Amino acid sequence: MSRLFVARNPRVAARCLDGEMMIMSGRDSTLFTLNRTATILWQAADGTTPLDEIVQSKICPEFDVEPAEALQDAEILARDLASHEILQISEEPIPPRSAVAGESR
Amino acid sequence: MPELTAEVERLSLVIEIGGMPVRVNTTDSGFLVMLERRYSGFLGSSEKAEVEFDVDLVQPGLVQPGFDDPDAGVRVTHHRGRWSLTRGDFRAEWEPAARKGWIRQSANPYSIDAVLRIVHSLVLARQGGFLLHSASALRNGKAFLFAGVSGAGKTTISRLAPPDVTLLTDEISYVRKQDDGYVAFGTPFTGELAKLGENVSAPVAALYLLAQGPENRIDPVAPGEAARSLLANVLFFAQDEELVQAEFHSAFEFVSRVPVSRLTFVPDARVWELIR
Repeated sequence: MSRLFVARNPRVAARCLDGEMMIMSGRDSTLFTLNRTATILWQAADGTTPLDEIVQSKICPEFDVEPAEALQDAEILARDLASHEILQISEEPIPPRSAVAGESR
Repeated sequence: MPELTAEVERLSLVIEIGGMPVRVNTTDSGFLVMLERRYSGFLGSSEKAEVEFDVDLVQPGLVQPGFDDPDAGVRVTHHRGRWSLTRGDFRAEWEPAARKGWIRQSANPYSIDAVLRIVHSLVLARQGGFLLHSASALRNGKAFLFAGVSGAGKTTISRLAPPDVTLLTDEISYVRKQDDGYVAFGTPFTGELAKLGENVSAPVAALYLLAQGPENRIDPVAPGEAARSLLANVLFFAQDEELVQAEFHSAFEFVSRVPVSRLTFVPDARVWELIR
């Protein structure tokens, strides 16, 4: 079974305020507010840590959930975020292309 | 030997909004008079303009040959150091490094007004400021912003302002980052009140998100909601990733420095007792 890698899209701007993660698309100025799971995923999406490891180390401890079920949900979430061009997903590690806009604070 | 060509007299005026002088050149004296009336109170005398536009007046419908859609939306793009601004009723280009540009439009005040708004929004975006869809007013040496969508009460609260309040605008506020805070400037950009703001400025003391209700009250707003509401009211036209990101971060910077509250009000003058 292939592993999935996720990386923050450098073409978005992001800020975390009072625990609330907001992301704006640089392409069309659409503003997104991430829920807790999506925020964890976004913050851990370094392009080199496989999604299953992120789920195991970051998501499962936060929510009382079975790893297999959590991974399935995380994959759906990652693909959804990728469809909005917030995340990049690949079956190979994603090298940093340019300075990641990421969070400023 | 008779003259084969006649030199066309170039007329110009300087429109100074937010402390930024913009020179407008035209060869049409009637258009110049129209602009002098439109921007009365915002005319400057500065020799050094930060931007200079040559206006090419054409007949309505001939602004963009081959592209005849007067209702086309605004499009602002950047390519090789040059901004291109288009809408159904105008076409313009601006090269910031050269501080020069041109506008092709018919002889009306609305097209150039839109160009000025766009240019100011682009300049402000690079400096941490913005144009905000809000009324603003000055009282006791402080500026107050009242943001909201159409119908939220921007015009109403402007109309209710007592005599000691100086109206900066009832529609589009001009916010410039300065030192550790923000300064709001008066603008000639009007809403339903159709009254030009006063050409004065003051440090921004508060941003109020307008809501109409059964009583006058001020309630705190969570930082996330403050940032979202601010972003929803920032006027930004450019399809440019770098500037979008700059504008996004500017909004967060603003809400970290300026108190943001919800102002619920009934439409009578007593609401101004809360704003000091």
